[in-house]
This record gives sequence, structure tokens and C-alpha cells, in this order.
Amino acid sequence: MAAHYPALQVVLALLAAPVCLILRRPNAAWAVATVITWISLALALSLLGRVWETGVILYPMGDWAAPWGIEYQIDTVNAFMLVIVTLIGSVVMPFARASVEAEIEEERIYLFYCMYLLNLAGLLGIAITGDVFNLFVFLEISSLSSYVMISLGRDKRALTAAYRYLVMGTIGATFYLIGVGMMYMMTGTLNMADLATILPAVADSRTVMVALGFLTVGLGLKLALFPLHLWLPNAYAYAPSAVTVFLAATGTKVAVYAFIRIFFTVFGGVEIFTAGVIPEILAVLAALAMIGASAVAIYQTDVKRLLAYSSIAQIGYMVLGISMVTVTGLAGTIVHLFNHAIMKGGLFMAMGCILFKIGSVQLDQFEGLGKRMPVTMAAFVAGGFSLIGVPLTVGFVSKWYLVQAALEKGWWLAVAVILVSSLMAVIYIWRVVEVAYFRPPPKGSAEVSEAPLSMLVPLWILIGASYYFGIDATRTLDIAFAAAESLFGGPL
Amino acid sequence: MVFMAVTGFAIARLRNLFGVVMLTGIFSLMSAVLYVVLDAVDVAFTEAAVGAGIATVLMLSTLALTSSEERVSEDGKPMWALGLVVVTGAVLIYGTLDMPPFGDAYAPIHHHVAPRYLERSGQEVGIPNVVTSILASYRGYDTLGEVYVIFTAACGVLLIIGQPKRGRRRTLRMLVGEMRHGMRQNVILRVVSKLLIPFILVFALYVQWHGDFGPGGGFQAGVIFASGFILYALIFDVDTSRMVVPSGVTRLLLALGVLLYAGVGVVGLLRGGNFLNYSVLAEEQTVGQHLGILLVEFGVGLTVAAAMITIFFTFARQEH
Amino acid sequence: MEFLGLLNYWIIVVLMMTGFYIVIAHNNLVKKIVGLNIFQVSVFVFYITMAKVKGGTPPILAEGIEIYSNPLPHVLILTAIVVGVATTALGLALVVRIRDAYGTIEDDEIEAQENEL
Repeated sequence: MAAHYPALQVVLALLAAPVCLILRRPNAAWAVATVITWISLALALSLLGRVWETGVILYPMGDWAAPWGIEYQIDTVNAFMLVIVTLIGSVVMPFARASVEAEIEEERIYLFYCMYLLNLAGLLGIAITGDVFNLFVFLEISSLSSYVMISLGRDKRALTAAYRYLVMGTIGATFYLIGVGMMYMMTGTLNMADLATILPAVADSRTVMVALGFLTVGLGLKLALFPLHLWLPNAYAYAPSAVTVFLAATGTKVAVYAFIRIFFTVFGGVEIFTAGVIPEILAVLAALAMIGASAVAIYQTDVKRLLAYSSIAQIGYMVLGISMVTVTGLAGTIVHLFNHAIMKGGLFMAMGCILFKIGSVQLDQFEGLGKRMPVTMAAFVAGGFSLIGVPLTVGFVSKWYLVQAALEKGWWLAVAVILVSSLMAVIYIWRVVEVAYFRPPPKGSAEVSEAPLSMLVPLWILIGASYYFGIDATRTLDIAFAAAESLFGGPL
Repeated sequence: MVFMAVTGFAIARLRNLFGVVMLTGIFSLMSAVLYVVLDAVDVAFTEAAVGAGIATVLMLSTLALTSSEERVSEDGKPMWALGLVVVTGAVLIYGTLDMPPFGDAYAPIHHHVAPRYLERSGQEVGIPNVVTSILASYRGYDTLGEVYVIFTAACGVLLIIGQPKRGRRRTLRMLVGEMRHGMRQNVILRVVSKLLIPFILVFALYVQWHGDFGPGGGFQAGVIFASGFILYALIFDVDTSRMVVPSGVTRLLLALGVLLYAGVGVVGLLRGGNFLNYSVLAEEQTVGQHLGILLVEFGVGLTVAAAMITIFFTFARQEH
Repeated sequence: MEFLGLLNYWIIVVLMMTGFYIVIAHNNLVKKIVGLNIFQVSVFVFYITMAKVKGGTPPILAEGIEIYSNPLPHVLILTAIVVGVATTALGLALVVRIRDAYGTIEDDEIEAQENEL
């Protein structure tokens, strides 16, 4: 059976989604979704272990050898992505129960978990596949289910946020499709490894150059690369809490992974990436995101929106690491994928707890929260430290390696940008802390108690993890460096 | 193709949204004709059924629920958009310069992966329609994903605009009123459609099982089958047809279709092959492949028909 | 001859850009979806066009036929058409809800309402 783990990794969630639809009962659907995400996590960990010991795993679907059939190709990079996605997915499930019950009408809850499983399957499918068109199909499964889940937010702005995301996401996917079509036209294949061996021969054709451009823009829309990020703030701010946690921690990360995969595996043997102007353009966009989005975050009055802008800045860090085209830079990006997932997941969970109890995440509602919800706010502060990059946190680890990579390349300006952006993070986190701890609760406000344990425990698991892996980062760093080296080792 | 371009421009200019939707349908039909000219009969079939049929019906029901006139915008905002479009278009044209010319048999796409399908699918899968072989077997996993996309859309529409539970009693009351109203409707229309609908459904079944030999297959069949019901609903009324196919049943079929597809994959896995390997389903490879393709195509047909019916009825039952 | 061979692709580019323009320039939410549709259909035409072989026939195996058009893009586009209609259905469902919540389907009016919130 172990040989079939790659297929089961995605198929289990796919099978469970229609089961939820048949069950039609919120609790049963929740139980199915929880069990499936936990099994998926176990599968992902075992796959990572196997890749670590024996190297790349290949799994041809239907036993049709690639490039004629679709093949799963799992190396350290995607195995690590699978772990990130399933880890967040499993931690979100216990949290989701109370949170979803509070935010979504009861009759719709079973459909919500159906969507959640489809989204999980879609993201896993993107991360695991070795076929560029199969990636498109699973990208669409995950995107469509995200649009639906975002639209379920209680604020009516959730609807327009979902609609705008749908339009921009579809444009992105169509651009990606144009890029794939042009690559296919010049090579005759859709398999990533096969593309990587054929592309160098036709790389100097104008068609392939344009294909790369369209792939970049298409995926750039999906990962909210500045200035293609416009859909993100409202989508994160108005989606139901559990959805925000899951999407913020995994959605854009998987898009970043796809970006890395296209650039370093599919175009791995091609000079245009190392010699052309693309790295410079990416670096400039990344820097703009890091400074610009952080600046906007400072002026937000909705704390969920504030965190959303901070996410755009953090995506800037990841793209900066990619743009350096060195092992250290890429390892910094990969480790940051994991680190940012756990800390941002934790921060948005804290928002979920506050929304659950107070019903709003407007900054002025935070007055006196430090005393009224001490456990939640302590988690927020701890997560905030990580976002800033205080030593002993995961945020520090990522920034340390990104700075090191920048120094190796002599990019002093990049170092400065990282520092300035961290200082700005201090400001926006401080604004929240100041209101929560140093202002008395508004007079006559109702007594507020802590959120239920089912929400606090997942919250502290993620926050705890962001310290555990900050103090002892050897494991994540080993994986990230091995992954980065394998990406530079040419095709699979 | 020039006609398509003209239609495209007309759509961009026209303010009346009903006109726009109709032109979109025409646009889609023209593209279907073009697909036939370009040898893609299966695609043409699907585009005609989906683009010109289902999508148009959905857009019309949306317009009925919203408004049919586009407000004229007074500011000159589209200038940046025009700029962006011109730049993107220029980049694309630049990209076409190194493309192999149209219809060139020596172009790389006809030489690396594709020839094997044409040369060996006859022995390996054993059915004449190569498109079906690739769709259901070689790249069967993509098709599984595709069915899940439509499944996601149906569940999504239910989640976004579905009205949970409370409707039953009101539906019955409305039904009585609607029936009386329906009597006054065009008799010829009703008789013709009553005659026509059984044929549509039979034709759908034919398309379903004939997909191995000629153009067709589960997806097209599902759409045609659903359109039979949609026609019934349009001419008679929504609630009567809803009685014929209760929402619980469509929901069950929706789930069963995808489960059947994925289930066939799992059976292949249990019998010693990889996921979605149909060859192990029977003693002989081609028999197994044939069986597998029939089953998954049936799964596709079920889910697509149920999804289309679900989506249509959810739209149709909105109140304004 | 060289340019005639590419003419098809150029017309497709024009089609794509018409759709793209409708999406980004128009304010009406339904019309944006129509634009997306046109954009996607023109990408489909692009794929099908590259699959054509001069003198080829539809890829259904039969005796005595030597040249078939490339079946793989046909399969990809079948999948993509489904994705397209799924997106359309969801987009329109959202439009219906937006109309209920805001009373309009013009983007700039919605934006004005949101800024007041």
C-alpha cells in the first residue's frame, strides 16, 4: 500500500468531499473532514521521510509512463509543501468547528466542509504533480473552492471580494494556460521533467520567452505578487475566520511553490533566468511589496486587513529570495514558506478567536483586550514578535538566511529593505498592542470571556511551533537547503 | 474567424446586456463551427452544448434577476485598460513570430508525444476515438480533476445562492398557481416539447455510450441530458420539473458520479495497478480498458448532468 | 507564405485581447463575465488551431487514413471548457448575491457604497 501513498495523498480528500455532500449533517461532515486531513498529514510526513531517504518518488497515474500519461514527481520541495498544507489543514480543523458554527448558517455547514476538502485536494494536487496541465486543473479546483469559501463571510463585502478574486484569478489561470500552450507548441510535451530537457534547445525562440512571461504573470496573480495583489486584502479580511487562516497559510504558499517549480525545474536548464533581467525585475517588485504593503498596513483600522497587507509584504520576502538565484536565497524562501505559514496561521487564528467573542476585529474594539482575553492576546503578541523577526522566533530564522543570501550577493540595498520592512512591522504590531494593553476597556462594555479551548489549543500549537522551530531550526533548515540544492541540480 | 472578431467587437460596444448574451452565444457557436473545420469534433460538440447552451441560459437567468441594461460610464477610465491590452497583445504577437506556421505537419507538437497516441492507442486501449482514449485513460487523471471542477461549481452555487430547506410548503402552493397559469401558455410549444424531450434524453444516452467510436462521451451526454430537463422547466415551469427530479436525488447523483470515477481508480489500485489503471480490471488489457472507460464516462455523465440541473434550478428558484 | 501561416494566430490574439479588454475596462459585472468567456474561448481556439495538420482528419482511427490532427490539445480543451463553464456559473451566482446586497451590478457604484462603510 505504501507505494500508493502519492495517489492517496490527493484522492482521499477527493473521495471524502462527495461523502460530505451525501451525509448532509454538519457534525458528520466535520468528523469526516477532520479524519481525512489528519490521515493526509500522516501520508505527507511519511512521503517526506521516504523522499529524504531514497530520493525522488515517481508515480505514473494509470501506469501510463510519462510523458504520455500524467506522473506525480515528488522530491524534497513538494514533499515539504505537502507537509505544510496538510499540517495547517489538520490544525485548522478543530479550530474550525466552533468558528464555522458561529459564522456560517447551520444548513450550509456540510457544504462548507465539502468545499474545504476540495480546496485541500486542489492545493495538494498542485504541489504534488509533475505535469503542467494537471497543475492547471487542480489550480482551478482550489481556486473555485476558495472563491466560494471567501464569499461566505458575514460582511457583504465578502461577496465583492470573492467576485474580484474570481475575475483576477481567472485572468491569471488563463494567462497560465496561454503560457502552457506556447510551451507545448514548441516542445510537444506537458511533463515538467520532459519540458526541462527539451526547452534549452528552443529557449532562444521568441515564443518560449513570451510563454515564460505569461506563466510569470499568471502565477504572479495567484501568489499576489506586487502589483498583482489587489484581490488579496479584502478576500482575507472578509472571509470567514477559518478560511482566512487556511488560505493565508497555504494558498499563496502553494502558488509560490508553483512559481519556483516553473522557474527552477521547467526552465532549469535555460539561461534566460540567470542571465536575463527577470531576477532584477522580481527583486524590485519584491522590495516594493515589502516597503509599500508594510506602509499601507500601518494605516489599517481593520486588524485582519492589516495582517493581510503584512502577508503581501511577506510574499515580497519570498520573491526576494527567489530573485537572488542562489542556494542560500532559495533555501531562505523555502524555509520562510513553512515559517510564515505557521506564524500567519496563528495570527489569523487569534483574529478568529476575537471575532468569535467580540464580533469585530476593528482596531477600536481592541481596547482593553489584553486583560479581557489574555490568552488570545498573548498569542497575538508572540506571533507578532515572529512577524517582526525577533530572535528565537521562526521569523528571525527566515530573515537571517535572506539577509545572509543578500550579503553573499552584495545586495546591500536588499538588506536595508529587509531591515526597514521589519521596523515597519514593529510599528503596525505595536499599534495593536498599544490599543489592547494600554487603553482601558470602553465603559459599559459587556464582560468578555476567553474563546473556547477548541480554538485556543490550535492557536497555541501554531504559536508554539513558531518558537519551537525558531529555537531549533536545524530540521526545517536541513530540508530547505536540501530542497534548494535539488532545485539547482537541474531536472528531476 | 473574422466573423468572430466582428462579434467580439460588437459585444464590447453593445450596452444592452440581453443582446450581449445572445451575441456571446453566437460567438460560441461560431467557435464550434471553427473547431469542426479544424478537426476537433469532440470539442465542437462540447462547446456547442456548453458555451452556446448552458452558459447562455445561465446568463439569461442572471439578467432576469439583475438588470438588463449596462449603465453608460461617463469618465474616460478605459484608457489605461486599452493601453494594457495593446501592450499584452503586442507581446503575444511578438511571441507568435517564432511559431511553426498553421497546419505544419513538421511542427514539434506533432512529433514528440502525440504520435504514440495515434499509433498505439488502437492496441493499448482498443477503441477508435483517440480523443476518448486520451481523455479517459492516458490523461484520465485530468478528467477526474475536470469532473471535480464541475462538482465544485455545483456545490458552490448551492452554497452561494441555494435556499436551504424552508422552501417545501411554499413550493407546493406555488405549484398550484403555476399550473393554472401554465394552462394559458402556448399549446403548440408544449406539445412539441413534450414530443421532443424524450428524444433528447434518448439522444443523450446514445451519445453517452457511443463516445468510444465517434464524437461524444460522458460530458456531452450529461449536458444534453440536463438540457432536456432545462427545456422542460423553461416551457412548463420550474417547480413541476423540480418534482420530477427532487433536489435530494440530483445531489445524490452529483456525489455518486464523482465517487464512481474515483472508485474505479481505487479498484485499479486494489487490483495491483496504479490509481486509474483500467488494464487490471479484466484478464485482457483492452477489455479492462474498455470497461474502465465505460464506467468512468458514466460517472462523468452522471455528475455533469446532475451538476447542470442543480446549477440551473438553483438559479431558476431565486426570487427578485 | 510565412506570414499567411501566422495570420490565424494574429486573429486569435485580437480575439483574446477583445475579451481581456471587456474584462478590465467594463464596469458591469455580468459583462465582465462575458469578457472572461470570450477571453477563454479564444485561448481554446488557439489550442485547437495548433493541433490542426494540413490534410488531416479528426482523430478517430479508421482504415485507410494516414494523417490525423493532433488529439492531445482537443483533450486539454475539453477539460478547459468545463473549467470555463464552472467559473461562469460561480461568477454569475456571485453576481446575483451582489445584486441582492448592493442593489446594483455596476462596479463603480458598488465601490462608492463600500467606501461609505
